[in-house]
Amino acid sequence: MATTTQPPTEEKPSDGIAGASVRPGDRTFLGLSTGSGIFVLVIMAGIAAFLVWQAIPSLTADSVNPLTEQSWLPDADPPVFGFAVLFFGTIWTSIIAMLLAVPVGYGIALFIAYYAPRRVASGLGFLVDLLAAVPSIIFGLWGLYYFMPYVVPAAEWLSQYLGWIPIFANEPEIWTKSLLMAGLVLAIMILPTVSAISREVFIQVPRMHVEAALALGATRWEMIRMAVFPFSRPGMISAAMLGLGRALGETIAVALLLSAVFEINWAITEPGGNSFAANIALKWGEAGEVGRSALIASGLVLFFITLAVNMAARWVIARRKEFSGANS
Amino acid sequence: MNPPTAADTDPPMNPPGGTPPTPSNSDPLKLTGRRLPRWVPWLVGLGALGLGLLVQATGITAIGLAPGIIAGLAFLIAITVISLAFEGRRHAVDRLATTLVYTAFILALAPLLWILVTVTIKGLSVMSPEFLTGTMRNVNPRDAGGGLLHAFLGTLEQVGIAALIAVPIGVLAAIYLVEFGKGKLSYWISFFVDVMTGIPSIVAGLFIYTALILTGVLEQSGLAAALALTILMLPVIIRTTEEMLRIVPNELREGALALGVPKWKVILRVVIPTAISGIITGVMLAVARVAGETAPLLLTTFLAQDINLNPASGSQASLPTFIWDQISRGTNAAVDRAWGGALALILFVLVLYAGARLIAKYFSPKVN
Repeated sequence: MATTTQPPTEEKPSDGIAGASVRPGDRTFLGLSTGSGIFVLVIMAGIAAFLVWQAIPSLTADSVNPLTEQSWLPDADPPVFGFAVLFFGTIWTSIIAMLLAVPVGYGIALFIAYYAPRRVASGLGFLVDLLAAVPSIIFGLWGLYYFMPYVVPAAEWLSQYLGWIPIFANEPEIWTKSLLMAGLVLAIMILPTVSAISREVFIQVPRMHVEAALALGATRWEMIRMAVFPFSRPGMISAAMLGLGRALGETIAVALLLSAVFEINWAITEPGGNSFAANIALKWGEAGEVGRSALIASGLVLFFITLAVNMAARWVIARRKEFSGANS
Repeated sequence: MNPPTAADTDPPMNPPGGTPPTPSNSDPLKLTGRRLPRWVPWLVGLGALGLGLLVQATGITAIGLAPGIIAGLAFLIAITVISLAFEGRRHAVDRLATTLVYTAFILALAPLLWILVTVTIKGLSVMSPEFLTGTMRNVNPRDAGGGLLHAFLGTLEQVGIAALIAVPIGVLAAIYLVEFGKGKLSYWISFFVDVMTGIPSIVAGLFIYTALILTGVLEQSGLAAALALTILMLPVIIRTTEEMLRIVPNELREGALALGVPKWKVILRVVIPTAISGIITGVMLAVARVAGETAPLLLTTFLAQDINLNPASGSQASLPTFIWDQISRGTNAAVDRAWGGALALILFVLVLYAGARLIAKYFSPKVN
């Protein structure tokens, strides 16, 4: 990891060379920079500690099991709330987003790495990155007023012709602010994440593998299947997981595009469901003391879920760095 | 040197799993199979486009996106079938994959352009000197009028404070990782910086609320919001700075150290100046990333309708929360203002992005 080679005099300050004793400047600098590094660990630990501390009052006051309860009335007496609906809604919208975004994200990455003309490839990559720069509130605003009118007829079509499949059924005949709507916009929002990271691993594929495959007469797709994919599989998995992490924590777009119905509902064309992050943003203003503590508790659950997903993704990609030898 | 005989030109070596048809009538000296002329995909594309326009014109379907989907599917099927008939299975699969890869790219660009065009058109329709210099003070949220100056100033102040705190810490942490870091501590810091990039923004808001507002250190204020944004900026700055420091050539460090320059001076006078353009790029990208954050601001400063330049006390408006507020009012005038805010916000972010890109392109150290 270390890229510097330190002169031996700094390693052994006592060997008598003039001016080689540990300099106060070096010591302060080492202290400051180490402290800043440790600050990151302190913040991560602090987030967990403070959220746990503030979540406890509501969790002990909760009159039901918070893991299975499906309603959210933390300010009632006695408080009744649980995370089951939020958990379901968060995971279900994220899965819809993943199913749509991951294949497209890989396609974008392949396009920029292997299909686009070399001269324009980096410019096109910048365009896709711009999509990541669009704030989520603007996705929400656009989704609400411009995208939804196109999604609603598509959802009607789905429920009309594929309604016999339970997830496409639509009992109440309301198609706005559906799980599909939220999932679609989430999918657009995580596209740049998935494509940026898979693009990075795609362009690291050793040139020799690519050229060998092409020289043996492989078509471009065969080359990608035989040389690119096997090499980049861990990176692709981790790109998908980082996209999932982003979808799980997205707040404002979901708050605007998903009608906050507190029930577990598999039907993706119906309004319904709720997510951890959106629920916090929507309920925060009106929540009382126990209510805020309950929202903090739900934020804690979200924090641990995204932490687990992100750590797993980083672990997969880090393992690859050690074994591939491509980054040396 | 001898011209190859027919026996020498057996079909070329094939990758496993594919047996291209060797056309019986082809020139025995030719190594390649039959390929479609270059104009065929364009012609098929033109046909598919025509079909899409036809569907659009007849209005058979009420689904707005259907003509596009039908045209795309028609192209996909036609090019694959034609290729299958003329070029064989392997090339048909290749053309199918190529079409899908190009489609994926279009699928990413379409919403981006759609959003940019919509925001520009809707935003420009409310832009006026009054909108840019006015505030929402004494403006009935149902009526037209008012402006976003208070929100713009709030965003500038919050993002500025966040950058002032996050940049020194982030750059120092990156220096630690690159110049000093060894062993377990460096590994874990590096790992958690990566993990920290994935923290949901609303969790950062909850953290500042529980750690600083509930404990009475701060009130709900612009400063609290800025601290939440700091947490979101920090990992981005550390990661980009780290990458930039790593590409500073080691020869520069070694040369300076060999002249007896203390290490801290080498870092300050040699390493950082070499990487400075990359660091500035990273900072601008981090600022752009947090400038559009809404969720943490809702928990730490909430909404305000007038200019509040004091970050330490009282609610402070910002562009994202201004848009959120106007959307939730729901009247036509309010939603129009939301589009105006969206245009201001997206311009702010895009200017930062483009600036970062230009700095990276023209001032970065040349690495071969």
